[in-house]
Amino acid sequence: MASDVRLLAGPFDPGAQLSAFTRSQPYAGGVVSFLGQVRSGGGVEALELRHFEPLTLPGMKDLAAQALARWSLDGLLALHRIGLLHPGDPIVLVATAARHRRDAFAAAEFVMDHLKSESWFWKRERAGGAWRWIEPRAVDFADLARWEKSAVD
Amino acid sequence: MALALLFLGRLEDVAGGSERAVPFAPTLDALLAALEPDLAEALRGPRIRLAHNGGLVADPAGLALADGDELAFLPPVSGG
Repeated sequence: MASDVRLLAGPFDPGAQLSAFTRSQPYAGGVVSFLGQVRSGGGVEALELRHFEPLTLPGMKDLAAQALARWSLDGLLALHRIGLLHPGDPIVLVATAARHRRDAFAAAEFVMDHLKSESWFWKRERAGGAWRWIEPRAVDFADLARWEKSAVD
Repeated sequence: MALALLFLGRLEDVAGGSERAVPFAPTLDALLAALEPDLAEALRGPRIRLAHNGGLVADPAGLALADGDELAFLPPVSGG
């Protein structure tokens, strides 16, 4: 059982990535995926994602290992963009493959909640020509706290 | 004799750049004391984490620095 965790410095095609992942999982009964993209609106012209190389990818790989240890999965895909993005661009793709759908749903949500609140990314957005750093949101920490309760699965 | 400092996220704006080389200082306190007061105050913030040569520091006050070390100041993450 394998995980494929990558940081991508340039644009990616979520459909092609998901197709390739699904083809690599013939024994899975289901594949759950989440695609995050840059929202349009609010006058946002661009988004920049920064990371810290010694921590960011190792942290994502550790997160994948936690999901694999907690649920019965056949495979896990986690792709995350860094660099300059524009509205409509894909930012993150998480997919989980499992014999049974409930493990796949839960693991995908677990990975996303941790990516949103704990992973080593800093974002800033440009609106009206001015860059502004994005602060953490309370709701992301609330999402994370759900997983600390004992038996969610 | 020098140290390399990295400033992530909004700390980059406070520091006026994402990296800076500074003269060697043996401890974090000595290092911060030599910086501009507003930058030092931002770096001392309770939610700022520190990475020493790429590894997270559990006890910044007890950190012993060596020539050529890299210190990264990490503010709360924005979320992926």
